[in-house]
Amino acid sequence: MDAVLESLPDVFRAFGYTVLLFLVSGVFSLIGGTLLVAMRVGPVSVLNKAAATYVTLVRNTPLLAVFFFFSFAAPKIGINFKWVDVHIGTFDFTSFFSTAVVALTLYTSTFVCEALRSGVNAVPLGQAEAARAIGLPFSGVMRAVVLPQAFRASVPPVASALIALLKNTSVAAVFGVIEAASQMKIMTNNNADERWGIFIAFALGYVLLVEVVSLAAGTLERRWRIA
Amino acid sequence: MAAHVLFDAPGPKTVARHRTYSVVAVLVLLVLLGLAVKRLYDEGQFAYELWEPFVTPNIMQAIGEAWLDTLSMAALAVLGALVFGVVFGVAKLSEHTPVRWASWVVVEFFRAVPVIMLMTFSFYAVFNSMSIERGAYWSVVLSLTVYNGAVLAEVFRAGINALPRGQAEAAYAIGMRKTQVMNLILLPQAVKIMIPAIISQMVVALKDTSLILIVFGVGLTKILKSLPLSFNNIVPTTLVIAGLYVLTNLVLTAIANYAQKKFVGEKEMLQVSMVGQTDQNQSAATF
Repeated sequence: MDAVLESLPDVFRAFGYTVLLFLVSGVFSLIGGTLLVAMRVGPVSVLNKAAATYVTLVRNTPLLAVFFFFSFAAPKIGINFKWVDVHIGTFDFTSFFSTAVVALTLYTSTFVCEALRSGVNAVPLGQAEAARAIGLPFSGVMRAVVLPQAFRASVPPVASALIALLKNTSVAAVFGVIEAASQMKIMTNNNADERWGIFIAFALGYVLLVEVVSLAAGTLERRWRIA
Repeated sequence: MAAHVLFDAPGPKTVARHRTYSVVAVLVLLVLLGLAVKRLYDEGQFAYELWEPFVTPNIMQAIGEAWLDTLSMAALAVLGALVFGVVFGVAKLSEHTPVRWASWVVVEFFRAVPVIMLMTFSFYAVFNSMSIERGAYWSVVLSLTVYNGAVLAEVFRAGINALPRGQAEAAYAIGMRKTQVMNLILLPQAVKIMIPAIISQMVVALKDTSLILIVFGVGLTKILKSLPLSFNNIVPTTLVIAGLYVLTNLVLTAIANYAQKKFVGEKEMLQVSMVGQTDQNQSAATF
């Protein structure tokens, strides 16, 4: 544990990157997932098929391959993020960070899309039929009956997708972001005799972060539940 | 389209409008696809030399062996995870509070820790006496065993809890003991509804084998790392290797869906959420 305590600022900075990666790609993934699910459940069958193909392909690709593509292959065909160069406090947002955000967002959007879609599918058809039968217009059916139920039903699966995202930020360690997993690897290499302590310390950091997200999701789920 | 919860069956006007949308959508998608292909063409990525390795027999053989390595790592990990999952899943349902708590801690720990960290740690701390390649192989198997085992433990628990309560009650009523109820009545029924979820977990394991690249490339990631060094064809290599993963996973998914139809019927596949388990635990404990 001494090694961890000695370089505590580095450890916190590393977990800071983990949280930042999670927050930035989390927001983008929620937006991307919403767009995808709109295509997926919308009435235009071409968009429906296009979104379904994208989701199937990306969900079955290892996240590492997505990262690999954007880190090494995409620059060869002129897609790079070298233009991103922002420094806030001790955190640097360079091409490594933005590449990670792009890969994580493209990957997680598909899981968010499926989570939201399962929420829509959880609403029984009779709900919409009853709403139409009492004369609600389309906007009323959506606003008052279908979407509130779909939204509530999708909270737990979306939270699962976001927790997976939180753990997946560790893949950025392979591609140049010094976040928690990468910091652990550096410290493991420098302090061979303290491997167990270092591993436990970093693992507990992740357990803590996952519990925070999980508790937040659980609270929202309870608060929004009807009856 | 059949009746849908989001919108009513469209009338003639709406059908016409949707047709316009479809045409626009097709055009936009074609333009996007065209731009992607043009970009690849302009950068010379369709040159034959870059793709030649993938039809060269000995390289194809190397890729095939790497693919088998990846597949065997995932298969071994899932087999190990099954054992881990049964032990801890049943332990989580134990009547003895300390056993239940201990297994809860183990399962939650391995579910929350990123696989890539488990791999780094086991590579440097557990398998450091082996050769690099063997060590990397077995750290993948071990890491994925404990991670997927923790997930499967939850699947097992959910599967056993999903059985009608009368099954256990009837077994107790005819005088069976706790172990008999679990082994003869509950597990055989639960396993049937869990088989599809277990095969789906194989997809997760297969994708996660690639994470070992953080310390050393084994299986398909070895090809991903080494082939571009000799042929300078990183774009085709990434596409082909990613394609191999996707194809394998699609086959596995098809098998899982078939197993679902055969063993369970049209019901939803068993899924474990990362949140809200406390509620499930309470409802399970109340009966």
